[in-house]
Amino acid sequence: MSFFNSLISGISLGSIYAIIALGYTMVYGIAKMLNFAHGDVIMVGAYVCFFAASRFALPPLAGVLLAVVVCTLLGITIEKLAYAPLRAAPSLAVLITAIGVSYFLQNAALLLWTPNPKVFPNFVARRVDGVDKAGVEFFGGALRVSYVTLVTILVCLAIMAVLTIFINGSKLGKAMRAVSEDKDAARLMGINVNTTISATFAIGSGLAAIAGVLLCSAYPTLVPTTGSMPGIKAFTAAVFGGIGSIPGALLGGLMLGVIEILSKAYISTQLSDAVVFGVLIVVLLVKPTGLLGKQIREKV
Amino acid sequence: MKTMKLSKTSRKNFLTYALVILAFVILQALAAAGTLSSMLRGLLVPICAYVVMAVSLNLTVGVLGELSLGHAGFMSVGAFMGVTTAISLQNAIPSAELRLVCALLVGAVFAGIVGFLVGIPVLRLNGDYLAIVTLAFGEIIKSIFNNLYLGLDSHGFHLSLLDNKLHMEDGGRLIIGGPMGIGGIQKIANFATGFALIMVCLIIIFNLVGSRAGRAIMAIRDNRIAAESVGIPITKYKMMAFVTSAAMAGAAGALFALNFSTIVANKFDFNTSILVLVFVVLGGLGNMLGSIVAAAALTILPEALRQFADYRMLVYAIVLILVMLIRNNPTIRSFLERFRLSRKGGAA
Repeated sequence: MSFFNSLISGISLGSIYAIIALGYTMVYGIAKMLNFAHGDVIMVGAYVCFFAASRFALPPLAGVLLAVVVCTLLGITIEKLAYAPLRAAPSLAVLITAIGVSYFLQNAALLLWTPNPKVFPNFVARRVDGVDKAGVEFFGGALRVSYVTLVTILVCLAIMAVLTIFINGSKLGKAMRAVSEDKDAARLMGINVNTTISATFAIGSGLAAIAGVLLCSAYPTLVPTTGSMPGIKAFTAAVFGGIGSIPGALLGGLMLGVIEILSKAYISTQLSDAVVFGVLIVVLLVKPTGLLGKQIREKV
Repeated sequence: MKTMKLSKTSRKNFLTYALVILAFVILQALAAAGTLSSMLRGLLVPICAYVVMAVSLNLTVGVLGELSLGHAGFMSVGAFMGVTTAISLQNAIPSAELRLVCALLVGAVFAGIVGFLVGIPVLRLNGDYLAIVTLAFGEIIKSIFNNLYLGLDSHGFHLSLLDNKLHMEDGGRLIIGGPMGIGGIQKIANFATGFALIMVCLIIIFNLVGSRAGRAIMAIRDNRIAAESVGIPITKYKMMAFVTSAAMAGAAGALFALNFSTIVANKFDFNTSILVLVFVVLGGLGNMLGSIVAAAALTILPEALRQFADYRMLVYAIVLILVMLIRNNPTIRSFLERFRLSRKGGAA
C-alpha cells in the first residue's frame, strides 16, 4: 500500500507541476520564449492568497480568486513592460530579460514580505466536516488520501478540460493556435497578435496563482524563493512532454511528479533530483522533441 | 605602417590582450600602493574566475551557438577536483604557486572529461532541448557532489556516495564531506595567477576561433546543414568547442574555490549558470572583450551597491532589465549603427 500512497502523492505533486508547466508551454508555443519569471509569479500568487486569508480574513475561495486576479494583472504588466518591446530582439535577449524579471520579483518579495518563512494555512482540511480530519482513508486506513491531494488532482483535471475546450473551441483560442503556428500569417488574417500574446500571458499567470496556492497547501512553507525550484521542475516537465503541447504538459508534469516521489521513496531522498533529471535526459535522447512534441522536419 | 596590415579580428584580439594587461598592471599598482579598497581587493580573484567563466561560456554560446544552462556544473567539477588536488599535494609540493597551478590543471582536465561525457548525449540535440539537458546535467552534478564523500589516508583515496562510509584509518583526512562540501581550504589563489589564467584562456580561444577548426565551428553555428553538406564533421567540432569550454570552466572553478576557506556544491547551482550567461549576453555574443568587461562590472556592481543595502539586488534586477531593453530598442540601435557607419566612413 505504501507504493499506492507514494503514487498518489506523486500524482498530486505532478498535477501542480502540470498546472505550472501549462504556463510555460503556452507562452513558449505562442511567443517562442522561455519565461523564467513564471516560477516567481507562483510565489506572488501564494503570498497574495496567504495575506488575504491571514491578514484580511477573507474566505479561502475569495483569497484564491484575488490571487488569480493579481497574478493575471502582474502577468500582463510584465509582458507589456519587459517582453513586448523585445518582440523583434534575439531570443537570448528576451531570456535574460525574463531572468531580470525573476530576480526583480524575488527581491521585491524579499523586501515586501521579509525572508522569514510563512506557514501557509491548510484551507482544504478546515472546510470539510470534522475539525482535524485532513483526508479520507481507504482499505481500513492502509491507503490515506488527504483532501489537499484530492482537490489538487481534481483542480488540475478541471483546468485541463476547460483549457482544452477553450483552445479548441473559442475564438481567442483559435487565434492563439494561429499565432503560434505563424505570426505573420495570423496578422494578415486580422488577428491582433499583441492582444493574443497578452491573453496567453494572462492565462498562464492566472494558472500560476492557482498552482501557487495548491503548492503551498501541500508544502506549507512560503519564502520568496518558493517558486524557483518548482518553476525549473515544471519547465523540465513542459520539455519532457514536448514544449508547446498542452496534453504534453499534463503528461510531463504527472510523470515528473510520480518519478520524483517514487525515487524519493525507493531510491534516495537526496538523489531524487538527479534521478528526475536523468530520466529527462534519457527521454530527450530517445525522443528529442519530448513525449508529445511535434517532430519538425528540417528543410534544406 | 605595420599595424595596418593586421586584419580587423587580430587587431581586436590584440586590443583585448592589451586592455587585460593594462587592467592587471593598474590594479596591481593600486594594490601595491594600498589605495585599493578592501572590498575590491577581496573581489580580484572572483572577478578573474568569473571572467574565465564568461569567456568560456561565450565559446559555447557565442561561437558554437548552443545555449548552455549548466555551465556552473563544470565549474563545480573543477572546484572540487582542484581543491582535492591542492589538499592532497599539500605535503608533496611545498610551493603554493606550483600547487595552485596543479590544482587548476587537474580541475581543467576533470571538467574536460565530464564535458566530453556530457557532450556525447547533449550535442545530439538542438536549440532549447539542448539547453534543458545542460540544465539537467548541471543539477545532476550538483546533486552528486552534495552526496559525495571523499577521504584520504595512507592507503590512498576512499570514496562513497550518500553516506559517510569511508572506513578510513586514524589520521586520515575527510576531504569532501557531502553537503558540508570542503572545509579548511588554504587560500592559495592569487590575482597574478588569475590574470595568467585569463590570458591563457584568451590565447586558446582566439587561436581556436582564428583557426580552421574555429571557422568550421562558426560555420556550424551559422548553418548546420550547409556545414554538414560541405563535409564538416559536425559532432567533432561541436565537441571540440564544448570540451574546451568545459575545461576552462573547470580551471575557473578551481581558482574560485581556492580563494575561499570552504566550498559547497550548492554554490554552483542554476543561478550561477544564469549569472555567467548574463555576463555573456550583456557583453555580446562572440565578443570576448565584452564578456570580460561585463563579468568584471557585474561582479563589482552588487558589492558597489552595498550602500543601497536591502535594495541592491532589486536595483541590479532593474539595471539588467533596462540594459536589455535599451540595447534592443530599435531607435537607439539604429542611432548607434549610424554612429558606427560614419566613423568607419571617416577612417576610410
